[in-house]
Amino acid sequence: MSALLQVRGVSRLYGSRIGCEDVSFDLHPGELLCIVGESGSGKSTLLNTVAAQLAPSSGSVQYRQRHGGWLDVGGLSEADRRRLAREEWGFVTQNPRDGLRLNVSAGANVAERLMALGQRNYRQLRDIARGWLERVEIDPTRIDDAPTSFSGGMQQRLQIARTLVTQPRLVFMDEPTAGLDVSVQARILDLLRRLVNELGLAAVMVTHDLAVARLLAARTMVMQGGRVVETGLTDQILDDPQHPYTQLLVSSVLTT
Amino acid sequence: MAYNFAFLDEDTKRMLRRALLKAVAIPGYQVPFGSREMPLPYGWGTGGIQVTAALLGPDDVLKVIDQGADDTTNAVNIRRFFSRVAGVATTEHTADATLIQTRHRIPETSLREDQILVFQVPEPEPLRTLEPREAETRTLHALADYGLMHVKLYEDIAQYGHIATSYDYPVLVDGRFLTSPSPIPKFDNPKLDRSPALMLFGAGREKRLYAIPPYTRVESLAFDDHPFEIQRWEQQCELCGSGDSYLDEVVVDDRGTRMFVCSDTDFCSGRRMEAQA
Repeated sequence: MSALLQVRGVSRLYGSRIGCEDVSFDLHPGELLCIVGESGSGKSTLLNTVAAQLAPSSGSVQYRQRHGGWLDVGGLSEADRRRLAREEWGFVTQNPRDGLRLNVSAGANVAERLMALGQRNYRQLRDIARGWLERVEIDPTRIDDAPTSFSGGMQQRLQIARTLVTQPRLVFMDEPTAGLDVSVQARILDLLRRLVNELGLAAVMVTHDLAVARLLAARTMVMQGGRVVETGLTDQILDDPQHPYTQLLVSSVLTT
Repeated sequence: MAYNFAFLDEDTKRMLRRALLKAVAIPGYQVPFGSREMPLPYGWGTGGIQVTAALLGPDDVLKVIDQGADDTTNAVNIRRFFSRVAGVATTEHTADATLIQTRHRIPETSLREDQILVFQVPEPEPLRTLEPREAETRTLHALADYGLMHVKLYEDIAQYGHIATSYDYPVLVDGRFLTSPSPIPKFDNPKLDRSPALMLFGAGREKRLYAIPPYTRVESLAFDDHPFEIQRWEQQCELCGSGDSYLDEVVVDDRGTRMFVCSDTDFCSGRRMEAQA
C-alpha cells in the first residue's frame, strides 16, 4: 500500500534556532503515528510544518489525493491549502479553546465545517451534529449549550467531533489529552482509538506521554533537540529503546 | 469661512469618486478610502455624507431619510448641511429626488434608473461579529469562504426557532461577495435585488465604500428548510391604511396603547393626500 503522506528532509528554523531539522517519515492510510519527546524538542513545530500551518525552511511534504496523485503541500496556494485543511484534513489543538468557536453553541461548532462545505439543510445539520455529540459521549440534549459551559474534557471531545464531522482522511493532533485529569484522559484516548478504527483515519499525534503512544500508536517517533533520534514500532521502542535519550524517557515513566 | 462646493475639496472628491468607480466595478467588494473628518460625529453618517458630497452636482435634488422619516434630527441636519454648503435643492418626495441619502431604510416608492441611493453604514464587514481579525475576514472574502455566516444563521434558528436576524441581514451580491446591506430591516432586502437605482454604501469610521450596481443579483442567505422571509404585520398603517409597507410600532400613552404607522413618512403622506383628493 502506498503512503498517504510523505515527509522528506523537513526542517524549520526560527532564525538561527532550530525548530526541527531533517525529519523524514511516511504515513500510511489508517495509521496512527505518535511523535514523542520532551517539551521544546520540536514536536509541535514538526506537526505544524507538516500540517502546512508553518512553512518549512527546507524539505518537502507530499500528500496523496483521493484520485491517487501526489500533492506538494508546500507549494499550495492559500486557497488550496485552506480547502485541503477544510475538506480532507483535521487539526485538534491541545487547548480546546483554540480549536472551538466559543461564542456559538456546541451544535454550531460541530456543524461549522459542514456549512463551510456548502451543506444548507438545517434539519440535516442538526441530525448530524446530534449524532456526533452522541458519538463523542456528550449528551445530545446539550446541543444548544455554549461550549464554555462544558468541562475541559467535554470541550476536548467537542473539538474532536467538530474535526471529524467531515470525515477527514488525515488528522493532526497536538497533545489532545494534555491538561486533562487521568480518568478523563483515559476516556478520550478510548474514544480516539475507537473513532480512528471506525473511520479508518490516518493521524499524526504529538504527545509527551509515552502511555498515550503505547495505547494508540502502531509507530512512534522520538524527538530530541529538533531531530528524530529513534523511530519504529511503538512496542519495540518502549520495550527495547536503543537511543540513550529514549532509554532515559522510558525509564523516567512511573510504573506501578 | 467659505467652503468648496459640497464642503469637501476637489482632491478628496476625486479620491472618493475613484474609490466609488472601483466599488461599482466589483459589486459588493469593500474598497478602502481615505475617510475625512466631517463636521458630525462617527456613527451619524460620516460615510454616507462623504459619498453624497462626492456625487452632488448643482442640479441634483437631494432627499435625506433617517429610519424612513424625512423629519428626524439626522435627516434634517444633513439636508440642511448640503443646502448650505452646496446650495442644492432638497425634497422630501422620493420621486422628485435624484440623490437619496438614507439611514436604515429603503423608500417604499420604487426607485428609478436615474436615482442613486447612498447608505450610511456603521459596520461594513458582515463577518465581523464572528471573526474579529480584519486580515482573516479579507482572506475569507478573497477565497469566497462564507460558511461562517451560516453559523450565525444556524445559531439564530437553534436559539429562537427561526432566523431572528431582522436587520443588517447578510446578502450575497452578484453571487460573489458577502455583503452587509447596512442596518436596513430585512423587509427591505428584496428591494436590493436587481434594483434599477445605483446603491452606494459609505462607512466613514471603518473607511470603506462598496456598491450594488443597478440590476445586480442580490440574494439573502438562508437554509434550504428555513428560507428567507420578510417581516409581516397583522395591522395596517393607522394613518394611511397601507398593508404592505414597513410599520413602526409607536407607544402613544402611558397605558401602553400602541399604534402602527408607516416608517416611510413620504410614502405615508403621499397616500393620505391621494385619499383626500
